[in-house]
Amino acid sequence: MNQALTFIDTTIGKKIVMALTGVVMFGFVLGHMAGNLQVFLGPDAYNAYAVGIHKLGPLLWLARGVLLLSLAMHIATAMQLVAQSAAARPVAYKVKKNNKTTFAALTMKYSGMWLLGVLLYHLAHFTFPGIAMGDYQHQHFSAVYTNVINGFSVPWVTALYIISMCFLGMHLFHGSYSLFQTVGLNNPLRNGTVKFIAQSFALLVTIGNILIPLSVLLGLVK
Amino acid sequence: MDLQSKAPAGDIETRWSRHKFNMKLVNPANRHKYNVIVVGTGLAGGALAATLGEQGYNVKAFCYQDSPRRAHSIAAQGGINSAKNYPNDGDSVFRLFYDTVKGGDFRARESNVYRLAEVSVNIIDQCVSQGVPFAREYGGLLANRSFGGAQVSRTFYARGQTGQQLLLGAYQSLSKQIDAGTVEMFPRTEMLELIKVDGKARGIVTRNMVSGEIESHLADVVVLCTGGYGNVFFLSTNAMGCNATATWRAHRHGALFANPCYTQIHPTCIPVSGENQSKLTLMSESLRNDGRVWVPKKKEDIQKSPADIPEEDRYYYLERIYPSFGNLVPRDIASRRAKEMCDQGLGVGPEVDGERRGVYLDFGDAVQRLGKKAVEERYGNLFEMYERITGEDPYTTPMRIYPATHYTMGGLWVDYNLESTISGLFVGGEANFSDHGANRLGASALMQGLSDGYFVLPATVANYLATAEKVEIDQSHPEVQAAVQSVRDRMEKLLSINGERSVDSFHRELGKIIWGYCGMARTKEGLETAIEKVKALRAEFWKNVRVLGGSEELNVSLEKAGRVADFLELGELMCRDALMRSESCGGHFREESQTEEGEAKRDDENYQFVGAWEWQGEEQEQVLHKEALEFEYVKPSQRSYK
Amino acid sequence: MSTINLVLHVWRQTGSDDKGSFETYQAKDVSEHSSFLEMLDQVNETLVADGTMPIAFDHDCREGICGSCGMVINGTPHGPQKATTTCQLHMRQFKDGDEVWIEPWRANAFPVVRDLVVDRGSFDRIIGAGGFVTARTGSAQDANALPIAKGIADQAMDAAACIGCGACVAACPNASAMLFTAAKAGHLNLLPQGQPEKESRTRNMVAQMEAEGFGHCTNHYECMDACPKGIDVEFIAKLNRDFVAATVTARAPLNTRAK
Repeated sequence: MNQALTFIDTTIGKKIVMALTGVVMFGFVLGHMAGNLQVFLGPDAYNAYAVGIHKLGPLLWLARGVLLLSLAMHIATAMQLVAQSAAARPVAYKVKKNNKTTFAALTMKYSGMWLLGVLLYHLAHFTFPGIAMGDYQHQHFSAVYTNVINGFSVPWVTALYIISMCFLGMHLFHGSYSLFQTVGLNNPLRNGTVKFIAQSFALLVTIGNILIPLSVLLGLVK
Repeated sequence: MDLQSKAPAGDIETRWSRHKFNMKLVNPANRHKYNVIVVGTGLAGGALAATLGEQGYNVKAFCYQDSPRRAHSIAAQGGINSAKNYPNDGDSVFRLFYDTVKGGDFRARESNVYRLAEVSVNIIDQCVSQGVPFAREYGGLLANRSFGGAQVSRTFYARGQTGQQLLLGAYQSLSKQIDAGTVEMFPRTEMLELIKVDGKARGIVTRNMVSGEIESHLADVVVLCTGGYGNVFFLSTNAMGCNATATWRAHRHGALFANPCYTQIHPTCIPVSGENQSKLTLMSESLRNDGRVWVPKKKEDIQKSPADIPEEDRYYYLERIYPSFGNLVPRDIASRRAKEMCDQGLGVGPEVDGERRGVYLDFGDAVQRLGKKAVEERYGNLFEMYERITGEDPYTTPMRIYPATHYTMGGLWVDYNLESTISGLFVGGEANFSDHGANRLGASALMQGLSDGYFVLPATVANYLATAEKVEIDQSHPEVQAAVQSVRDRMEKLLSINGERSVDSFHRELGKIIWGYCGMARTKEGLETAIEKVKALRAEFWKNVRVLGGSEELNVSLEKAGRVADFLELGELMCRDALMRSESCGGHFREESQTEEGEAKRDDENYQFVGAWEWQGEEQEQVLHKEALEFEYVKPSQRSYK
Repeated sequence: MSTINLVLHVWRQTGSDDKGSFETYQAKDVSEHSSFLEMLDQVNETLVADGTMPIAFDHDCREGICGSCGMVINGTPHGPQKATTTCQLHMRQFKDGDEVWIEPWRANAFPVVRDLVVDRGSFDRIIGAGGFVTARTGSAQDANALPIAKGIADQAMDAAACIGCGACVAACPNASAMLFTAAKAGHLNLLPQGQPEKESRTRNMVAQMEAEGFGHCTNHYECMDACPKGIDVEFIAKLNRDFVAATVTARAPLNTRAK
């Protein structure tokens, strides 16, 4: 009974893990978006960007390691918390109203699961030749521009991406602001500003990311 | 029976310290050998259990609520008095003592009151050290306000939730002891009988209100801190569960019940709005600082909207009758005058039982004079509460108020040590009769509860333990068995009647009798009628009450039935005491004894005593014993607020 | 005076072993000046007359301060009126013919005792774990020897206003007790008197909260919305902050606590 309780045994600790790993991934999606928006600069710049990243070598693997670790912790902790939350209310309400919370907050676990699925698909889509592609040829990353154009020329793929970006937006809409509360940085004086900035970034990522497949589909980027 | 107060004689300023020195102590190493039972976890009981637990005694604490934090001390709004004299406005221990004796209309024991005033200073220190968030000034020092017409600012407060914050302070200390194992806590457990062995209180019989299990708990000393008996009136500002069963059971075992007719009727409560009303809500007395009390001058105006009654047709009766105190006259006077107005048919508000019982408390002038914002700052939370309950906005339409039973000054008789006439049975807080005489001043109940719990009882209980011979008994003792059996029999009896009427219907009827005849104004004829009516109602109760379900489950009706059965006996004693005391004093107003102006008239020659009643057996009249009161320091005078 | 009639669907459960179910009752001729609990009293009188056990519910002061009462009324703890306990909810908030669903607080850490009565002992144990300032009776210094900035005292009072009713847990989609624990810890952690035990208080109260089986906080803020005293979620942020700080500075392992 008298076992030592570590920080991450507690729900507060777990939530902080969620918040911090979330920040890492939020940072990544921001960077990912910024990098990929270069698609609008044309094939040369875009392909050079891809090549540049691969030249980072060990650094790239370090970044991938951190991301992978964050993702794994984010998922594992989320699973524990979801299970704990289910156990905390074994008998459900017949009638329950939620008066304050948002749709985004209530659906975090669903948007999260969706995003995990889409993430795997996205990796496959652009890195494993031949999987989940249309009837076109997958190119080497030095010609990633062609892959993007080809990939997003398939309407259902683009639709999937757009829908998924909406889920990402929702996930970040709640997560980006909520994390300040979780790590204890909230202060009524600044809450409005923090919320505005955090959620603006969430919106920015959503819109920025949607622009790419949409522009390809609409033929604005060729 | 000769009632000995055991208060030390001599200089009043050193009585308590001399008494403390003369009392015996219990060696810290031996304390764990003593078992103490504390019933009730309000300010007095909670503070006492926490203090004794921390000192190392083995404490068992009991409350009927689901948590010790919910005792009705929590509902006190206004504040707590203390003779700190922080504002330097002329207060002192002696002045608080003086005001309390005078406010109690010279029916309290001087020694006890002086001790209360003396200890009041330590209470604030204790509570602040526990983290009670009292109101503060910008400089960081504690804020004080004047309360209930006091001429000095000696009231400490935590918004309108002083009782809550003080109780949470005691509860938190108690919780620490529960966690440490020095106090064993029994929530949802009701004391139903006292166990007396060889003339001494040795334990209690309880019912677990969830499982229905009847258990006996034994100890070396029993302390009752179970609050007052205001719920005899059915409608009162007390919590629904407040009851007199613990004290009444002790009374039936020989503890004298003192001054049961001293009940305090609080003038500023929200009036009764309908037949199904279950309780009355008190609005802080501070409202009378800025609100003006009035009724229509003409009977034909009582149903009009107050806004349609012109200024010249409004009767500001308190300001008219008491030009110097005006709306701030003491509670008993304000209450009685409101009743008088309604008796004359000038009452306002909805008709209940064919009567309109309410007077206006008007903030129109205050809003004009101070602005809505200032009024909101002072009374915003009270106005909100009023609006929630009545659906009316006090900023635009006058509040309606009417007096309601609020506090009972009477209780089990105790000596200076707060020990009842049963050896080893101590009584603290509102449950005893000790400090307020015939009328309690505002913000003094919290003070008394904490004084008893933190400072007086821990010393006197220790003295008892150190001096009494320690005799071990166990559950097999015939007295214990008999007490348990009597509780079982009573449950069975209540469940077996299976009559026609619900427990609440009896309680409601009892309340109407007591409120009608033993409320704000009492007469000989009325009280005699009431006694007969209560007797008849009690007889009917035992033939015709309906209690469903069984005893071995959570059974709300059964809990209530036991309490109401005791109220039916206590109610009669209240009337009997009021009948005996043919003077008026404090909260007890006998219409036969009033001055020409209609004020209460004391009769010091014949009634300067504590009336303590001794149980004689079922359906037998109790016998009166008197403790003469002497006033060495505050000479009795007639109160005047003109 | 106008009266209304309602259809009530009330959760009935004889004890912790019973599965429980909803029963439908008619509440007839209810005065709109009645409180919600007085309406239930009235229904109970008719139930007793019919030989049915009355509906059990916790209540005591009936003036919104003791924290005893509480039920989920049409999906909202303490019913539709904001910042109001069930006992202070009045029937003018309802319309003639309304259907009302009445359920107990639902949480693993608040087992149902009977009908609408739940066991909130877990809250008491959280306080016992650290929700106090150790202050030996009689040993305190003069109250004014420790000035406290008015702003701090006011903020502590905001937190201390918690009545421990459990509506926060009932409202939370995760049945989390963070608002309660945060309010109780926050009150004392803000004050200078609370500083010596701040670290152990924070850690032990959190450990107890964990042991009781409450859910986690996902910042829905339903708790604040349901709180009859309007306790702000900023105290949750403060508890998170204090817990991180306590974890950083602690020199001893934090032990799990018994339920």
